Amino acid sequence: MSDLTRLTAAELADKIQKKDVSAVEVAQAHLDRIAAVDKTVNAFLYVDTERALSAARAVDEDVAAGREPASPLAGVPLALKDVFVMEGAPTTCGSKILEGWSPPYDATVTRKLLEAGVVILGKTNMDEFAMGSSTENSAFGPSRNPWDLDRIPGGSGGGSSASLAAFEAPLAIGTDTGGSIRQPGSVTGTVGVKPTYGGVSRYGLVAFSSSLDQGGPCARTVLDAALLHEVIGGHDPLDSTSIDAPVPPVVAAARDGARGDLSGMRIGIVTEFQGDGYQAGVTAAFVQAVETLKGLGAEVVEVSCPHFDYALPAYYLIAPSEASSNLARFDAMRYGLRTGDDSANSAEQVMALTREAGFGAEVKRRIMIGTYALSSGYYDAYYGQAQKVRTLITQDFEKAFESVDVLISPTTPTTAFRIGERADDPMAMYLADLCTIPANLAGTPAMSVPAGLSDEDGLPVGLQVMAPALAEPRMYKVAAAFEAARDAASGGALIHRVPELEA
Amino acid sequence: MTAATVLDYDEVIERFDPVLGLEVHVELNTHTKMFCGCPTTFGAEPNTQVCPTCLGLPGSLPVVNRVAVESAMRIGLALNCEIAPWCRFARKNYFYPDMPKNFQTSQYDEPIAFNGSLDVTLEDGTVVTVAIERAHMEEDTGKSLHVGGATGRIHGADHSLLDYNRAGVPLIEIVTKPIEGMGERAPEVARAYVSTLRDLLRALDVSDVRMDQGSLRCDANVSLMSKGATEFGTRTETKNVNSLRSVERAVRYEMTRQAAILVEGGSILQETRHFQEATGTTSAGRRKETSEDYRYFPEPDLVPIAPPAEWVEQLRATLPEMPSERRKRIQADWQLTDLELRDLVNAGAVDLVAATVDAGASPAEARAWWVSYLSQEANSRGLELAALPITPPQVARVSALVAEGKLTNKLAREVIDGVLAGEGEPDEVVEKRGLAVVSDDSALYAAIDEALAAQPDVADKIRGGKVAAAGAIVGAVMKTTKGQADAKRVRELILERCT
Ligand SMILES: [Zn+2]
Repeated sequence: MSDLTRLTAAELADKIQKKDVSAVEVAQAHLDRIAAVDKTVNAFLYVDTERALSAARAVDEDVAAGREPASPLAGVPLALKDVFVMEGAPTTCGSKILEGWSPPYDATVTRKLLEAGVVILGKTNMDEFAMGSSTENSAFGPSRNPWDLDRIPGGSGGGSSASLAAFEAPLAIGTDTGGSIRQPGSVTGTVGVKPTYGGVSRYGLVAFSSSLDQGGPCARTVLDAALLHEVIGGHDPLDSTSIDAPVPPVVAAARDGARGDLSGMRIGIVTEFQGDGYQAGVTAAFVQAVETLKGLGAEVVEVSCPHFDYALPAYYLIAPSEASSNLARFDAMRYGLRTGDDSANSAEQVMALTREAGFGAEVKRRIMIGTYALSSGYYDAYYGQAQKVRTLITQDFEKAFESVDVLISPTTPTTAFRIGERADDPMAMYLADLCTIPANLAGTPAMSVPAGLSDEDGLPVGLQVMAPALAEPRMYKVAAAFEAARDAASGGALIHRVPELEA
Repeated sequence: MTAATVLDYDEVIERFDPVLGLEVHVELNTHTKMFCGCPTTFGAEPNTQVCPTCLGLPGSLPVVNRVAVESAMRIGLALNCEIAPWCRFARKNYFYPDMPKNFQTSQYDEPIAFNGSLDVTLEDGTVVTVAIERAHMEEDTGKSLHVGGATGRIHGADHSLLDYNRAGVPLIEIVTKPIEGMGERAPEVARAYVSTLRDLLRALDVSDVRMDQGSLRCDANVSLMSKGATEFGTRTETKNVNSLRSVERAVRYEMTRQAAILVEGGSILQETRHFQEATGTTSAGRRKETSEDYRYFPEPDLVPIAPPAEWVEQLRATLPEMPSERRKRIQADWQLTDLELRDLVNAGAVDLVAATVDAGASPAEARAWWVSYLSQEANSRGLELAALPITPPQVARVSALVAEGKLTNKLAREVIDGVLAGEGEPDEVVEKRGLAVVSDDSALYAAIDEALAAQPDVADKIRGGKVAAAGAIVGAVMKTTKGQADAKRVRELILERCT
């Protein structure tokens, strides 16, 4: 394995600017790594060698000409979740129904990345339309967890997390509707951040649940995630729900946190997210993390958020309801798969046949749940009630943040489970997002940072840090301080203990 | 299909009370669509005014057109509505090929304007106040063209073509409360309401209000209840009503059709019907097995609209003079009797006459042209007055030529005919047709001398002081000059010659 693929994004960007290495060499090293291991990992659905190298060449030309870098990440490779559109690159969202569709436009996130000189390597695998916690719902086969190839890399953004843990890319983009950035980060020993709702534009993000979807950065270090956050964040007039405020200064916060002083910081443990149902190794790693935070000078207390227990059921009404409407457009009339288009079938029959053939089981399940929940006579009992729970959860957060600066919990109750283990048990699968969903419902920021390895299986455990809306800097500061302390305690970054993949 | 039985109208009125509900869709004349920056020009090449958002491509998002919101509020204010201090868009979910997202972004239980009224004046001067339920914003759908079938409908077609140029064009839907107690005048009220609303929207300059192009569309809900009943009957909704006249005919037909069913003891099916222009009847639309459940929910891709009071007041200040007030003012300014005003209004000529007066004609002249001569012309062509190929400035020019003595009234009508025939501006028609009044006195003297010589006895009478005898000579001169002389001037010259 080339050493270049082991470096952080910050280190790579620095070396490129200092001409220690060219952006083309960096891109090529990652493309080579993908060629060597992705048959095994299946993180990528599409790799665009030509465009990646051409973007890298442009960065090298800037460096040669002595021009200011387009951004602090100029020349750094990145894996883009296949839910963001990029002009001319196939976008599938892990579904057969988008077969053959080549988007005619760039997502705002894609545009910002390209303008920042970030080298987009390709599109990563995901659960179909971001519905799932394992990538097993992808129409193109599951991605594999580099820590144990028989296990899932989390989901829906398992392609992005696997690409980071497999050293195929130092940066990735994910989307988090109920935990799809944080849970994959947790089970692959990487960092994943869900920004405040509206902090990163959704324009060009193929919608699953519009009021919950939030794009965000994925990386192997907190600082890298912060650097990427500042590139993709910010107001976008094309997204009406985008926040009209500057991106919070998360890079400065991450650098500040790395100095290792959390004195004066009040941290709350969510009472509801511990105990039964949490794997022993997860609990142990979490308890250890709490001790580490105290050691950094933080005051740690318990805080109850009583309505968090209702987050999961509320989520499984709101998200499918919006999805049932968002996914209605996949009807074979304008793009994507078309099934049964012969003179015998009407347009309505072609729509039905295409949707039958093009959507997977989990997507169909959620469309049905959502259609039911929005039906007249049921709306108030289901969608309406779920919205009330949403308000109560937001109030729980507000109340908690009156007494603490950030909240913490395990990111997910277990380490990576085996491929196939929960495939036939939707409820078990849904529990993977138990701790992550409240932040989506409240629109508040949250992130997962590697906490350690579980004693019983040696697999990564994630620490979730949650902050009030637009208070990302606090969250990054705590995560960066924790990361530095833990790395120091265990003699290096956790990610370097991932087993070497056979090329 | 056999024609439905209808009941004689008088009998309908004897036995039933009609209840109407009118839903008018107005396409706004904004330059761009409701939720994207695409242009809204009517009649462009198919699928040339589209983008990811109005095509509903995956990942695209809507952004509200501020001008459309302002137009919606101005319409609401002009209809005496309350403006919601906070409202949202909602998704109306149903599958249809010409709807790119398979949901329409509309408003549901939170319309931007509600609880208003519109005063409608009927032909005999009766004023009816129509209560307005709501006015809400939504986006238009695309258009399907069904190829190969006999009917142009989807049933039986070989294939269909879709044009998304119209998809996303801003629409305002204006819904009345039930209009009751109109009795036999219900069809007339329906027509007058749409006509008054159209005038109002035109005055607001928010829409082209062209029923023939679909920028103003009316769906007529009609139901009957037996005399003395308190509960409404089952209603039908008639679509495809594309002119004022059709509104009246459709309502009237539905009343007679429903009555025929009810008197036979049948029941009315709640359904959508289509008005057939050619026969003046309505026919059943596609019947649905289950009632449509649109699964409305608040549109999560848009933020609520909360117009501050100052904004509403600013918009209120931009409201133009309302057509009803304007009529009162015009009546006073032009000194019209009630009857004259009504004729003017009924002819749909208020704006045209006013514009003609603005272009320099006298109110009396302008009125004479539009209300009598041009109205007849429009009737015989089956057009609305405003659709005639002549403009107020052209009429004003003809009027000026008459005032200057360059045209007689008879010649003026020929000039108007020429303009209507597409021969150009009034002056060009005068030139081309050689219609100018013969104002060359020497030419007239020659014609007069000739006529006096031809009728010496008449000439003697005139010379003898019988001035009235001059008429015969005037007639002769007019004949020689093919009517292009000013009879008054000819008379003066004859008398001058004979003294
Ligand atoms: Zn558009």
